[in-house]
Amino acid sequence: MRGLRELLDRIEPQFSEGGRLSRFAPVYEMIDTIFYVPGFRTTVAPHVRDAVDMKRSMFTVIVALLPALLFGIYNTGYQVDPQAGFVPNVLTGLGAVLPLVLVSYAVGGCWELLFAIVRRHDVNEGFLVTGLLLPMILPPGVPLWMVAMGISFGIVIGKEVTGGTGYNIFNPALVARAFIFFAYPGEMSGDAVWSLADEMTAATPLAAASAVDGADAGALVSGAGYTVWQMAVGLVPGSVGGTSTVAVLLGGALLVATRIANWRIMAGGLAGMTVTALLANAVAPSSANTMLSLSPLHHLVMGGFAFGIVFMATDPVSAAQTRTGRWIYGILIGTLTVMIRVLNQAFVEGIMLSILLGNAFAPMIDYFVLRRNIARRQRAYARQ
Amino acid sequence: MARKNGLKTLSTPLGEDNPITRQVLGICSALAVTVKMDTALVMSFALIFVLVGSNVIVSLLRTLIPSRVRIIVMLTVIATLVIVIDQFLKAFLFDISKQLSIFVGLIITNCIVLGRAEAFAMKNGPVESALDGLGNGLGYGLVLMLVSAGRELFGSGSLLGMQVVPDFLYVENGGWYVNNGLMVLAPGAFIILGLLIWLQRTLTRYTEE
Repeated sequence: MRGLRELLDRIEPQFSEGGRLSRFAPVYEMIDTIFYVPGFRTTVAPHVRDAVDMKRSMFTVIVALLPALLFGIYNTGYQVDPQAGFVPNVLTGLGAVLPLVLVSYAVGGCWELLFAIVRRHDVNEGFLVTGLLLPMILPPGVPLWMVAMGISFGIVIGKEVTGGTGYNIFNPALVARAFIFFAYPGEMSGDAVWSLADEMTAATPLAAASAVDGADAGALVSGAGYTVWQMAVGLVPGSVGGTSTVAVLLGGALLVATRIANWRIMAGGLAGMTVTALLANAVAPSSANTMLSLSPLHHLVMGGFAFGIVFMATDPVSAAQTRTGRWIYGILIGTLTVMIRVLNQAFVEGIMLSILLGNAFAPMIDYFVLRRNIARRQRAYARQ
Repeated sequence: MARKNGLKTLSTPLGEDNPITRQVLGICSALAVTVKMDTALVMSFALIFVLVGSNVIVSLLRTLIPSRVRIIVMLTVIATLVIVIDQFLKAFLFDISKQLSIFVGLIITNCIVLGRAEAFAMKNGPVESALDGLGNGLGYGLVLMLVSAGRELFGSGSLLGMQVVPDFLYVENGGWYVNNGLMVLAPGAFIILGLLIWLQRTLTRYTEE
């Protein structure tokens, strides 16, 4: 490690102001700060002394994602052949998931570097999270070139056009997924895409629940062979990282404990989802729509709700920033997810669209929360 | 508006003062008719006809029109020309006219036409007005062609109805390629138009005040 530091120090002048390679300073910066804590000191107030910088918080998110990712790799193999045993399943899963992650990182990294060099800012660690989130919310068999298209769209249109990290309106990974979803619907929906094995067309639990009109959704799901426990553990067909609610909640616990992600958003999402699902259950007997009778517990363990509300909705940039605003934002996302799932079955998985919609509303929510706070304080001031 | 020379009147709306990418006018039809290049082409010609015609007629009438009723007079002129071109398309290009449906009729509400009549033809002679109408029409057509080329190429794999992406690349024929369905939807036009505006502003170093 000593040699590395010396090497970095030796080539540093080339990259600094006036050096031959100064245009590529972001590349040097990126490599240097991956290995070492940056030596910058802030020169103007306020001086916050805290060990958590952007790099550490982003790496915490990566660590939090690991349980879901590792489980996803195993499950991808398990869905091909449940009898194959643990090691062969992991190997099959690795063979499918690793290329997705590599393509996402490689293509996304190129865009990130290009913009860093042209716009003369540093490469941002947030990309490490975006680049990992995207493959985790895709079906395991999605063609690699679509991943490349998706991450390009997500990074360029979802993030860089509005000014890069910290200025993006929408979660870049979700923008990428939405792009693939609408551009290549054949690869992102239907029963055939969620499992690697071609001959196996397993309906995801969500699709099974909406299959027959007039029946009880919970019965339909168990009729398709999915128990609640099985769906919570995640041994069901679905996107790479989103099937296991247990693995997602493990990561979520780490994020909440380290305060990287805000628990109010998650709690709001859970509350909104539960209340809306209960309301739907109440009107279910008078309608032929099966999805209305789906219990809140089913909504929690099926599809990508848990993954979305824990990892995607809590993105610190695109979420609401005020305390009250976060509650409203979370409740909005939870409510919309159930409404899209239940009422618009063209989009079985509602969490993606509801988070994007939540992102769009987040600044407005914050605005009104702030206005209300100002009005309240003005009234208090006038009373004195 | 100061008198510019003829060539300048014709060329500025093509690029630096383009009605769509710079003034952001006429967006509605730019989104609606650009799924295929042939409809976009016909739409461009229809707009050029209406724009040149209305500019020349309004310019000829400009000293006769009382200023208080000028908008009504302009709209009458524009509406007449739109009906003429709509009937012409129905008579000779019926298929494309059906695809364009109401959007030819909606040229009446296209801000470019009324905008040029009000901003230019009311203050300039008929020759300059004709050039201005032609320039703005071509500028509109240029953007429409670029957007529709992008949408047709990525959305349908063809250009002007001719297959460009080879057949064997498609998944149905054992290849791997799939057409981009987003480009056929309206958001595809938004995205391409946005990228065009971004490109133009980067090249011309234009920034919004």
